[in-house]
Amino acid sequence: MDNMQFDLLALLPELVVLGMAMFILLLDLFILPQNRSMIYGLSQFTLFASAFFTFKTHTPAVGFAFSHMFIDDTLSDVIKLMMYLSTSLILVYTRKYLQDRNLYRGEFYAMVLFGLLGMMIMVSGHNLLTIYIGLELLSLCLYSLVAFDRDNPKASESAMKYFVLGALASGMLLYGMSMLYGMTGSLDVSDIANNIMQQNKSPVLIMGLVFVVAGIAFKFGAVPFQMWVPDVYQGSPTPMTLLIGSVPKLAAYAMTVRLLVQGLHPLALDWQDMLVLMAVLSIIIGNFSAIVQTNLKRMLAYSTISNVGFIMFGMMSANANGFASSFFYIAAYVLMSISGFGIILLLSRKGFEADEINDLKGLNQRHPWYAFLMLIVMFSMAGIPPTVGFYAKFTVLQAAWQAGFTWQVVLAVLMATIGAFYYLNIVRKMYFDEAVDHAPLTAPLDMRLVLSVQTLALLGLGLFPEILLSVCGHSLLISLQ
Amino acid sequence: MMQADLTSISWLSLAVWLPVLSGVLVLLLGGDHKATLTRWLALTGSLVSFLVTVPLYTLFDVQDGFFQFEELLPWVPAFNMHYHLGIDGFSMPLVLLTSFTTVIVVLAGWEVITNHIAQYMAAFLIMSGIMIGVFTALDAILYYVFWEAMLIPMFLVIGIWGGPNRVYATIKFFLYTLLGSLLMLVAFIYLYHQTGSFELADYYLLPLSLQAQIYIFIAFFMAFAVKIPMWPVHTWLPDAHVEAPTGGSVVLAAIALKLGGYSFLRFAMPIAPDAAHYFSTAMIVLSLIAVVYIALVALVQKDMKKLIAYSSISHMGFVTLGFFMFGQLALEGAMVQMISHGFISSAMFLSVGVLYDRVHSREISAYGGVVNKMPVFAAFAVLFAMANSGLPGTSGFVGEFMVILAAVKFNFWVAFFAATTLIFGAAYTLWMTKRVFFGNVTNHHVSELSDLNKREFLILSILAVLVIGFGVYPQALTEVMQATSAEFLKHMAISKLPVTGY
Repeated sequence: MDNMQFDLLALLPELVVLGMAMFILLLDLFILPQNRSMIYGLSQFTLFASAFFTFKTHTPAVGFAFSHMFIDDTLSDVIKLMMYLSTSLILVYTRKYLQDRNLYRGEFYAMVLFGLLGMMIMVSGHNLLTIYIGLELLSLCLYSLVAFDRDNPKASESAMKYFVLGALASGMLLYGMSMLYGMTGSLDVSDIANNIMQQNKSPVLIMGLVFVVAGIAFKFGAVPFQMWVPDVYQGSPTPMTLLIGSVPKLAAYAMTVRLLVQGLHPLALDWQDMLVLMAVLSIIIGNFSAIVQTNLKRMLAYSTISNVGFIMFGMMSANANGFASSFFYIAAYVLMSISGFGIILLLSRKGFEADEINDLKGLNQRHPWYAFLMLIVMFSMAGIPPTVGFYAKFTVLQAAWQAGFTWQVVLAVLMATIGAFYYLNIVRKMYFDEAVDHAPLTAPLDMRLVLSVQTLALLGLGLFPEILLSVCGHSLLISLQ
Repeated sequence: MMQADLTSISWLSLAVWLPVLSGVLVLLLGGDHKATLTRWLALTGSLVSFLVTVPLYTLFDVQDGFFQFEELLPWVPAFNMHYHLGIDGFSMPLVLLTSFTTVIVVLAGWEVITNHIAQYMAAFLIMSGIMIGVFTALDAILYYVFWEAMLIPMFLVIGIWGGPNRVYATIKFFLYTLLGSLLMLVAFIYLYHQTGSFELADYYLLPLSLQAQIYIFIAFFMAFAVKIPMWPVHTWLPDAHVEAPTGGSVVLAAIALKLGGYSFLRFAMPIAPDAAHYFSTAMIVLSLIAVVYIALVALVQKDMKKLIAYSSISHMGFVTLGFFMFGQLALEGAMVQMISHGFISSAMFLSVGVLYDRVHSREISAYGGVVNKMPVFAAFAVLFAMANSGLPGTSGFVGEFMVILAAVKFNFWVAFFAATTLIFGAAYTLWMTKRVFFGNVTNHHVSELSDLNKREFLILSILAVLVIGFGVYPQALTEVMQATSAEFLKHMAISKLPVTGY
């Protein structure tokens, strides 16, 4: 019975999010539309409260719940804290957009919180089924959020694409998991690892691995499972693009650590090869395709694919240094992409999406400060110091080099130069071209303030990367022990 | 007692961060509607930043061939990176050149730049701090951060205030430089995994096989040769120089090119000395091609800025030539050439700027007989043209002469080709001067010209004094670098190949 108490303590943040999400869903039925900001406030409060509980209940020791189906370790706590922060930023940035388009409804917030819950479960999943349940909860929320603006045919189309391909990927993941279960007789991540070590590698095991890796690659959007990314990014309303493109990457990373590192490390030599291929292809295809885009969101989608390639560069090293560097990369990337989409949201207004590259023309004349912020984001994505993006690229490249991937590193460096071209193109439009659109900014003060602080943090972390580097490195090392 | 107090100040940090801070201040307080305030603020910032670099000269110990004014703080312990600054006889004159040029650039943009004046001034101030950072960093990643960060303001300067073809020029400039730098980053990653640190001193002592040294040297070469620039990776420079505003051209020519030359001395050569010897013939040939061929290219230019740009490449050929002959005279000649070229090319670009501000054309054919309308200016311009062609008594002569002298001892043919520059340099510079300044007034634009105003006179006379001053008394320069170049050559003479092995 003592055990049961501990169980619930480990789950406290999840319970808070779950309870609040249901409460918000109910409350929304009873309040007047003009009091909707209460829902917004409650959602932010929920994030704060679960951050508080995650922080308070944190111990260096690993906690389990529900007979090892749920794990509460340092890595999961750190990732969850990052998720709360990112989600909170997203809520700040999306509010105005939703209000302008009559999408400011309680369901949005409930869905975001349920999606967050799904991600938290993925992060803490120590059992194939837990991970899968978390993933499905997240995916269902994301599908419906993409279709949230139901009168928008483009959004419905991309929701459909996302759903069909996403369901396919989930199916593959589940199929792979079933093979792993068949060969090892267990769904528990550590049991699977122990079991594989005691047996010879069989083709079925490798087949299972292939499907699991494919499922992971789909969630990341790595080549050759990248097809959905550009369409969904472009077709979704910008707040949903922001949601899809940022926090779930953290969850996907945690899922990769649980499945590939903690569960399947005896097969590291096999999945390493797959990751190498996907990493290299993602960087090449992502960067080349991004060059020709005229739509900002689509360009950022291809840029995501190339960034995922860099993330895989760290993972393919298949050692702690590599995974720590990927973690740092993702943390930095999530911050960058939230800033980037945040600026798009800031510039958009009723009837104007600001999602074409040409919409940024002459931004320096109109709003030098926001042009400067976008400049930071773009140089950070291009990996130019002194921004955090440089350290992100640096850490994964040094990890890959250490693991002996010499020519891949040189290739990645060449591709980074190509990548710089399309980021520079944005800067060029903002600074060198004449403004075409002269409408004033209508964003509320809190959004401007938070966006400024967050984007300057990209610069701050670029000058002093030590804090984030050590947080990422230590939490991973503690959890892998 | 006083002396002790002065040396305890972190002069280098001040030299790096004061201009950056004043740049940020100009951005925050300045603006197009308060242009006067912005200009004075920028001038004050640049003057103060220049003043804090003066003690680097006065307190410099010329006997010491190693690093001075060192500052060492932990920066990123996770990767063993340090905030490590220091200067020696090579970098100290370049630091002063940088902070001095910034003052000139601020003055040169005084009333010429009218749109986004705060951003213009801030970009140059921030760039100045960053470039001083490049010259003083002794930690590889700190150096790399400064090296790359410099691209951002330069990209904006060319792109916002440049000429008609500026977008092409600035993107070409950025990508060319970035590609080279990223390969250098790969070299640093390799060295990091060999030594476990980013300390330059550790890299100097690291034994490396010839194979490894060759790869490292090539990676560095890609970064530095683009920056200098050496033939055949020079093609970004004429574009960038021509399209950049006057201030941008001045900074590019006077300082940015020196970043490449300096980095050869600081990184490529001492880290991979055997590879440097291995490639020395190739490097000398490339340098000579730059000296001779690019000088011929300069001869046929119709655009004044382009001509000076090619002349810069040709003069920088002397610098690399001097480096790779591995002799004290050659090395010091190359260093003197770098500093002197900083003054002369600034002066040349500023002179073109003076004409461009009045007529808005850089074509040589758009001028003729300028001397009739602008006698004072013509006097300055002819002086700088003489300096550019290496007339004795100007600083342009000293460096070239030292390198040629060293080359005669090294190899007759190298000296022969290097010496042709005295003819070609005179040919293209003086021919341009003749066509622009002398003869009859050719068109109404020229007949409407007015002579230098006080500001322009001030800038050009400061530069004229320096050009003649260093021409007459070059010891002021050579004396500070003597100990350092002796140490450098001692280091270069010792092979880093592992003693055991094949």
